[in-house]
Amino acid sequence: MSVRVGAAAESPSFPMAAKAAMEDVQLRQNVRHATGVIRAKRALLVEEKADWQQLRTAASRIKEHTMRYLDRYLVQFEQSCVRAGGKVHWAEDADEANRIITGIIQSHGETEVIKVKTMTSDETQLNTALEAAGITPYETDLADLIVQLGSDHPSHIVVPALHKNRMQIRQIFLDKMHLETLGREPKDLAEAARRYLREKFLRVRVGISGANFAIAENGSVCIVESEGNARMCLTLPKVLISLIGIEKVIPRFRDLEVFLQILARSATGERMSPYSSIWSGVSANDGPSEFHVVLLDNGRTKVLADEAARQTLHCIRCGACLNICPVYRQTGGHAYGSIYSGPIGAILTPQLQSMRHSETLPFASSLCGACYEICPVKINIPEVLVHLRAKVVEQGDSPIVEQLAMRAAAFALAGPRRLAAAQGFARIAQKPFLSEGVLKNLPGMLSGWSSVRDLMTVPEQSFREWWRDRK
Amino acid sequence: MVEGSKVTASARDRILASIGASGNPEQEYQAIERGYESAGTAQKGQKLDLFIERLTDYGAGVYRCTHLEIAATIAERLHARNAQSVAVPHDIPVDWLPQPFEFIRDHASPYPQIECCDGVITGCAVAIADTGTIILDGGSSQGRRALTLLPDYHLCVAFEDQIVETVPEAMHRLAEAMSRPLTLISGPSATADIEMTRIQGVHGPRSMEVVLVSL
Ligand code: SF4
Repeated sequence: MSVRVGAAAESPSFPMAAKAAMEDVQLRQNVRHATGVIRAKRALLVEEKADWQQLRTAASRIKEHTMRYLDRYLVQFEQSCVRAGGKVHWAEDADEANRIITGIIQSHGETEVIKVKTMTSDETQLNTALEAAGITPYETDLADLIVQLGSDHPSHIVVPALHKNRMQIRQIFLDKMHLETLGREPKDLAEAARRYLREKFLRVRVGISGANFAIAENGSVCIVESEGNARMCLTLPKVLISLIGIEKVIPRFRDLEVFLQILARSATGERMSPYSSIWSGVSANDGPSEFHVVLLDNGRTKVLADEAARQTLHCIRCGACLNICPVYRQTGGHAYGSIYSGPIGAILTPQLQSMRHSETLPFASSLCGACYEICPVKINIPEVLVHLRAKVVEQGDSPIVEQLAMRAAAFALAGPRRLAAAQGFARIAQKPFLSEGVLKNLPGMLSGWSSVRDLMTVPEQSFREWWRDRK
Repeated sequence: MVEGSKVTASARDRILASIGASGNPEQEYQAIERGYESAGTAQKGQKLDLFIERLTDYGAGVYRCTHLEIAATIAERLHARNAQSVAVPHDIPVDWLPQPFEFIRDHASPYPQIECCDGVITGCAVAIADTGTIILDGGSSQGRRALTLLPDYHLCVAFEDQIVETVPEAMHRLAEAMSRPLTLISGPSATADIEMTRIQGVHGPRSMEVVLVSL
């Protein structure tokens, strides 16, 4: 078994890639604009939700509970799905999942598939495996289509092409869709995608999706989307294959009442995404006549075994932690060298890969805590980061200064009170190194880090203090 | 091993064997803290106003009428869009359908035939005021999923008693139907993938309207 997370193994380390990204002015502008827009929309909609904190707590508890009994819920999901007419396959790693999916497509003699946005398939590099087997995958999510046609990589987990602006996208469409003319407005580009894909939706006989949630109680799968491309892929083909990470299981149908309320608000700043599809197995006269689920491990059971880091698997991939992260906003997603970028990528990728090829990722953070405060399922990302840093240090391949820094941070983050005290201290200690409110230079060996990371300064008033005073 | 399940026995066994806690999942599940709002508190009028406000926000027009005015209201909407041929579920009530439009009743029609229609008219199962969401469960007057997906215009008839205030209330109402194909629709299809500019209508119906029927 060998765990692979996209092309992370072949990517340069975070500090190297981040430096290159920060020199790309256009990219930084695009990333800042996009994350700024989503953050503003999200803030408004979270503000109006009086029971937001209660929803976060419930979501976190449901996930915690599910992880504790994941084996039972997986078996229950399998049984319910099979009862509803679905077929369930289990894959230990990326290659096994790709083999199973390729096999199903080949058994139908098909050579094309339409795909719904699925990070899990990016993780297994399914498209590469399909192409090697002579099968053409068509990405149908607008952003994924832009990435695919531009031979690019996703840079955000919700808005994969946010690093491209309209003119760049227009050029990709003109070239790759072989269009003579094309308007310059976003609506013209969306119209081009509609026409390009409509024919494929009606013709291609196999659809591939991921899942936002898989419900143990009745074997249903739920997919949340905006454009209607997922509905097309889930409804029109004869055969549907859903590749689902084992951590996507939730116990019951009613649990959706929690997750559907937090997901869109956090991800796109909407009360609810335009479409959520929920289906169970196959239905007579409605949708595909054959439905396969591939349950993927690819390193997840190992994450589960590490109690201090297990909460990483609670992630619902809303992207809110990316949008708020001062490091992500500077570097964009590509620097993380993984399809999972930002704070969640910094903790997920190294764990899935047993810290191989990604041991700099846990350091791609200034531990400011914004990701934890914003996470709709309350994943304590700073805590996990510190835990992983300690692991890297144990492995013994990080510079000595960082080892010391990490020990201090681990101490500070061990409890909220210590963190508060450490922030108070840092505020005084950082004064000599400030330039325009951004930590530009750290002394000595740490300067290598700060020259790339543009650390966010410790604010005069920390979020915790502000929150406390506000009440 | 589950019968009918295509299992790579080794992968399944190894995955399951590596997880496992002892305890009482049922009891612990019941004890999960759910402090969020489940039942709504708004009066009926407020609830309907909220529903209309949310839909309007999404750019989905809402047209109110009484039971006896459904056909006339639908006629008005179809005229306004100059819609000629309109797809409908095979079991749509006859008294909803005005003259002289061409209605194509869907009995497993080929997809291209549905796609050619100027629009589709359906009912719904439940609707949520708080999020402006219409829910289809494939039940009566709703048809199969492709029907409300391929045409460019969806006109949905919702009755006042189908509208609940909160998401949890809707999930509760759907308990019986949870294993049917469900589609939750909150406004017309949209994207913000290009520079975060909201564009209405990508692949699903680009326009959506709701006829809200009083009881
Ligand atoms: S870690 Fe939390 S905030 Fe980040 S993507 Fe996952 S759920 Fe969203």
